[in-house]
Order: sequence, then structure tokens, then C-alpha cells
Amino acid sequence: MSKPIGDVILNVQNISLSFGGVKALADISFDVREHEIRAIIGPNGAGKSSMLNCINGVYTPQQGQIMFRGQTFSHMDSHQVAVMGVARTFQNLALFKGMSVLDNIMTGRNLRMKSNLFLQAIRWGPAEREEMEHRQRVEEIIDFLEIQPYRKTPVGQLPYGLQKRVDLGRALALEPEVLLLDEPMAGMNVEEKQDMCRFILDVNDEFGTTVVLIEHDMGVVMDISDRVVVLDYGKKIGDGTPDEVRNNPEVISAYLGTGH
Amino acid sequence: MGFFLETLLGGLMAGMLYSLVALGFVLIFKASGVFNFAQGAMVLFAALAMARFSEWLNASGVGNLWLVNLIAFALAALVMFAVAWLIERLVLRKLVNQEGTTLLMATLGITYFLEGLGQSIFGSDIYKIDIGMPKEPVMAFQNVFEGGILINQEDLIAALIAAVLVAALSVFFQKTSTGRALRAVADDHQAAQSIGIPLNRIWVIVWCVAGVVALVAGMIWGSKLGVQFSLATVALRALPVVILGGLTSVPGAIIGGLIIGVGEKLSEVYLGPYVGGGIEIWFAYVLALLFLLVRPQGLFGEKIIDRV
Repeated sequence: MSKPIGDVILNVQNISLSFGGVKALADISFDVREHEIRAIIGPNGAGKSSMLNCINGVYTPQQGQIMFRGQTFSHMDSHQVAVMGVARTFQNLALFKGMSVLDNIMTGRNLRMKSNLFLQAIRWGPAEREEMEHRQRVEEIIDFLEIQPYRKTPVGQLPYGLQKRVDLGRALALEPEVLLLDEPMAGMNVEEKQDMCRFILDVNDEFGTTVVLIEHDMGVVMDISDRVVVLDYGKKIGDGTPDEVRNNPEVISAYLGTGH
Repeated sequence: MGFFLETLLGGLMAGMLYSLVALGFVLIFKASGVFNFAQGAMVLFAALAMARFSEWLNASGVGNLWLVNLIAFALAALVMFAVAWLIERLVLRKLVNQEGTTLLMATLGITYFLEGLGQSIFGSDIYKIDIGMPKEPVMAFQNVFEGGILINQEDLIAALIAAVLVAALSVFFQKTSTGRALRAVADDHQAAQSIGIPLNRIWVIVWCVAGVVALVAGMIWGSKLGVQFSLATVALRALPVVILGGLTSVPGAIIGGLIIGVGEKLSEVYLGPYVGGGIEIWFAYVLALLFLLVRPQGLFGEKIIDRV
């Protein structure tokens, strides 16, 4: 049973970010509620990835602040963000190419592994048990994403669509409260997109994970999101339910161009 | 036959030392994607530290050779940990997510800095490290063929130490979550950060490990030939080894080192007379060059797959 949408968990307030003279984000504010699927859409170069990178701590915004579970941050730290329960995937795959699917997803468990290094090395007692527990969780994720046959394959050798799944699997291994997905469906065919949509909906449904999703393909997003933010040239031009956004004249002109 | 085997063994022993230095390269490259030019300087620095500490311990009347070496080793390891920590703090942390070339240049800087620092702290004389290795050679295989072969006991013990070190490292990399984190960081800094792997701590760990490997290499080398500044140039001898073995492969570093050690000795002895000798000096580099043409990722390196 899917959990009802709750209170605001992530609140982005007046974020501005520029690279030299280029304003990537201008005074962006929006909120994300617990258990919802929140999409950020916009044409290419709208600042979607920049927004995600600010939340994830890769970029430091010049202005504004981000509130997460009641705490306010002027900038996020990548490591700290992960510890607080925010995981992400990448637009251009950033997997550990030389490592197997299993190992890639296991790295997502690293934060939770507490055993002493020496005990792990000799696989003794509690360390052995801990490794088994985490391995169990990882196998569940592998089953969930339907990538059982590729468990031991080095990730670099997998086709693109499967690599995207491994990327999602690694993020899921953190058991995050908030999942940031950077164009999870970019470059996929219709069938692969459908699979990915199903995984995202299932994650949201079964684990109640809050999902923040970036996409430039409007069609897919409208079907699965609860609320949508629309960015264009670094400005927010729309925010609301998919229907509200679809009928917003500014959004229509950003996507289709204005008549002259 | 006996002579051939002796040459072969001599080559293996020399190769093992190359392997140890190459191992330092591979460890740091695997875990941080940095080609650490300073590995040679670290070997020198570590060996100098150990030599001076054991000298000082001897002078202060610690009689037992084992005890002296143990304490000196531990102190030198601490020095290397401090070096690792400082390198991470002052250099690497500022250069997160930079190009590989930038990081390489930074380690080049570290090389000269460490050489200079070593000279001013520890002095520039030739020191010796005495870890009590038996010097007298033993005869072996006398019943197999006539004359048997002479084996240097010192070399045997050195080989044993190296083997233990390598075994411990591969367990560390394959079986522990820290090892997995190290491999993850090697592949992609940003992705590693996104799943909460603390980049800074991982870097300190890997430079510490490389420091200990450098110390072991420096100790063995120093006990054979004495500690002097030419030790820093062993890094240059280990370069062809990593090209041969593959920059990301621990077994590659070992086997590459052995191949080059053996190749050098055998070619010097058997081909040398025809070309007027001196093959030993350039053999490794020519071999590495050939490998770059035929198999640029090395014997055991990760195959370079380019998605276009």
C-alpha cells in the first residue's frame, strides 16, 4: 500500500547559482513532500541538473538555502547528504565500471557496515554475519530490478539500459529517504522507459521513498509524478500538479516556442 | 644449466624489488586515479627515516637487533602516515575532481619536495639498514644436477616478506568494505561521494598503505645496497613495470616486475656480449615501449572500452 503524501521533507529556498556570467539558477524555490514523486522538468539547459547538484552538494549555490527535515543548510556536503539519507543517480552514468554489478551495489551498503577492518579481512564472527546481511539486501535489490543474470558481470560490459538500472540499484542500497534521479530515462527506448517507470513507481509504493526526478521528456513525467516544477533558462515558470502545469501558458511556450 | 638458473633467480629477486615499488604505484592509482610519481621519493624517504631511527636506537643502547628494527619500522611507518595525511590535507583535498594530468603534476611536485625534505631532515650521507638478514648464500639442488645453484638467503627472506605483503593487500582489497570503497573511489570520485564514501578518509588510507609498501621496499633495498639518494630513481625503473603489468592490477605489478627483472638479467648475460653490454639499462624501457604498441592496457590492466 502506498503511503499518503506527508509533510514537507525538503525545501529549496531562493537558490541562485551562476558560473561566471552564466546564470544557471535564478531564485528558485520549491518544496518536496514526504512519499511523493516530484518532477523537475524543463528544456535542455534549463538548470535541472544544476538544481539537483545543489541539493546533492556537488555545487554550492551563491544564494539561498536548503531545508532538509527541519535543518537549514546554505550548502550541502556530498558525504553528509548521503549520511542523512539522500541518494542519487547520474545523468551520464557514473558507475564503477571495473567492478561487478554485485560489488557496485554493495558499495551502496558501505555506510552501514560497521565491522572492524581486520575482522572483515579474516571474515570472522560478527563481520561475517554483517557481510551476509548486507549481501542479502543487495540480492533483494538485484531481484527487484530484474538483473539477476548479470550479477557477476563487470558493469562496463552491460548495455546502457541495464547500467541505468545498476545505477538505481546502487542508490537504493543506501535505503534512502529521498531519491534524486537525474534523467533516469534519457537515451532509452519505449520499452526500457516503461520498465524504469515501473521501478520508480514500485520504489515509491513499496518503500515510501520520496523521489525527485529530472526529465526533459514531458510525456513520461506527467504520468508518474504527483507534482511538477518547470524550469526554463534557470527560472521557475511553473509548479503544480501535472494537469496544472500542462495548461500553464508559459510552460507551453517554453516547450513549443511562442508564436510571433 | 646451473648458471642459467642462477641468472634466472637473480633476475627474479631483482624483479621482486621492482614489483614492490610498482605495487605502490598501482595501489594509489587504483584507489584515487592518481599516477603517483612520488612513489620513488616515498621509498627513499621511508628508508632514510628507518635508517636514521635504527641508528639512533642503536646509539641509545637498545641492544636487541630485532627490537631495534621493530621500533624503527614502527616509527618510520608513523612518519609515512604523517606524510600521507599531509599530502591529502594540503594537496589532494584541494584537487578533488580535477584532471588526471593536474594530479600527476602535483605528485611531481611532491617528489622533489620529499627528496629535498628527506635530505634536510635526515642528511645526505649513505646509510645502511641492518635487519639481520643472513648474508651467506646456500647451495641448493646439488642432487638434481651437478654443481647445484647458489641462492642468496637474503633474497629468499626478502621474497618471503614481499609475498606476505602482497597476500595481505589482496585480501584487504577484495574482502573488506574499505577495500571495496577504495576500488569505488578509483572508478568514479563523484559517484563514490554520492553514496557516502568519505573521499578524504579513503585517500589518507590508501596513501598510508602505499607508504608502508614504500617502507618495506626501502627496507629491503636498503639492507641489500644501502640507503642513498639514487633510491629515488627506482621509481623510474618501476615505470616500465606498471606499463607491462597494467596500472590497475596488483598481480600485474608483481608479474610485470618479475618479467622485467628476469628479462634484464638474462638479456644482459646472453645477449649482452653481442651488442657490447649495457642492455640492463634500457631493456625494461624497450619492452614497455613494445607493450604500449601491442597491448596498451598492460598484461592485466582493465580493458579500455570506449562507448561512442
